[in-house]
Amino acid sequence: MEVDVVPIEGGELNVGPQHPGSGHMRILVKLNGDIVESCDLDVGYVHRAVEKLGENRNYMHLIPLVERPAILDSIHMNMGYVMAVEKIINVDVPERALYLRSFAAEINRIASHLYGLGILGIFIGHSTAFMWGFGDREVWVQILEALTGARVTNSYIIPGGVRRDLTPTIIEMTQKAITYTRKKIEDWRKIFVKNPTIIDRLQNVGVMNKEQAISWGAVGPNLRASGVYYDVRKVEPYAAYSRLDFDIPVYKEGDGYARTLVRFEEMEQSMRILEQIIKDIPAGPILSERFLRQIPPIRMKKWVQGQGRIVLPGYYASFRPPRGEAVTRVEAGRGELLYYVVSDGSPKPYRLRMITPSYRLINVFKNLCKGARYADVVSIYGSLDYFPPEADR
Amino acid sequence: MTQRLIDQIISELQKNKFVAKAESDNRGYVEVNRDQITDVATTLKNLGFDHVKSVTGIDFPDQHKIQIIYHISSYENLELAKIIFAIRTYVTYEDPKIKSLTGIWDSAWTGERETYEMLGVVFDGHPDLKRLFLPEDFEGVYPLRKDFKIKLEGLFVDKS
Repeated sequence: MEVDVVPIEGGELNVGPQHPGSGHMRILVKLNGDIVESCDLDVGYVHRAVEKLGENRNYMHLIPLVERPAILDSIHMNMGYVMAVEKIINVDVPERALYLRSFAAEINRIASHLYGLGILGIFIGHSTAFMWGFGDREVWVQILEALTGARVTNSYIIPGGVRRDLTPTIIEMTQKAITYTRKKIEDWRKIFVKNPTIIDRLQNVGVMNKEQAISWGAVGPNLRASGVYYDVRKVEPYAAYSRLDFDIPVYKEGDGYARTLVRFEEMEQSMRILEQIIKDIPAGPILSERFLRQIPPIRMKKWVQGQGRIVLPGYYASFRPPRGEAVTRVEAGRGELLYYVVSDGSPKPYRLRMITPSYRLINVFKNLCKGARYADVVSIYGSLDYFPPEADR
Repeated sequence: MTQRLIDQIISELQKNKFVAKAESDNRGYVEVNRDQITDVATTLKNLGFDHVKSVTGIDFPDQHKIQIIYHISSYENLELAKIIFAIRTYVTYEDPKIKSLTGIWDSAWTGERETYEMLGVVFDGHPDLKRLFLPEDFEGVYPLRKDFKIKLEGLFVDKS
């Protein structure tokens, strides 16, 4: 369809911050008619300065801090950092703890995708999706609450293992949640995915082909929707992923609709992983032998053997790791998450670098906006599943 | 015995007289002078590395220099994707200038811009070098340099 572009003088528009269509980001668009000619982003409205604060805190005190940027995806933020610390202090993790890490991470992935889909729904005017997304998420958040004791910022993973063990109640909750979500995803498909309005708003919008996705450095579901088979869980397996069987959904279209479908299929894969973990989780300790020895016998009997909870041994208070550095990556809900920790032998890291998925989406979003219709800026934004605090950290 | 992929990359770099070293099966680094950064980047791009994961600056105040580290990897080649390769170089406080790699890898855009505002390293040839995260009225030294001290609120308990 040919569109007559009405040229306008100085067509600049300030979107946000705190505009329903901009989240916490200010988007300065230059318009020609309703075509976005260029787009300038002002990202830093919820800056937490994690990298700077990281130079002023002990390694253990950083665990609750690094997961603040993405509170909906805190297990992954937690895991990436702890893996980097483990690499520096050179400790290996028992098998059961690795499975528990995968278990918590997959629950978090489902919760994070449901959040993202809910936000996409409200952005393009589909309030039901918003309410369903947040409602269905609650089931998974409750499992995390039962497992870790906290709803969102879990601090579940510690160097050498995890903090709490699985109980029969949690297994039962998870099985119920899987049945519920499977049924609910069918409803989602009826009301959201196959909805003609949603299809119109998302199909052929913000198209990113394979070459563009690679050169702009897209991550996660957005990258896989553009036809790149890349997932850290397959490329460099961490936790228990090398022993689990799952597929990576890949689409070729690269538009907003493909990105949405990838998220739905990843949720199904995550539930498949959860079922496998429940079935073949091995018995054994949940903390490395090296640290387990340091727990006093009375506490060991009451807490660790009695209730499956770890009482933190004294080693964690302010350990001094040897000099060295570590680069680790995990596949968080929104994509690849990279940690670069440099240690100079003191109890605080010399430099902590945290590259979150949304941070790498800034460039993608800016490039995708060029040449799009103004009304589509919102659906591009929503379909990328951009989470502002994660970007400015 | 087959040669590890990382060793092939290292020997390819050493052929071009770059100082490169493997740290493990899938981590390695190359250390260059800052004038050679585009050469080494072009060589690595030809080897198949197609995106930049992160651009990091580390401040060394006692030596008056800043280390710049690019972490690169590949999306398309699944064997190469297992490797995260680091390009390391130094700039001095007196002349904190380096050539931008955005022409070679567009994905360096965000990282270079952040390193510019947080550490004051000027990337020559970056298309959009201005503030990204800091507030508009921010004043003082660059926040990620070590001489920027965080003001802490003291918690005093009066015991008398």
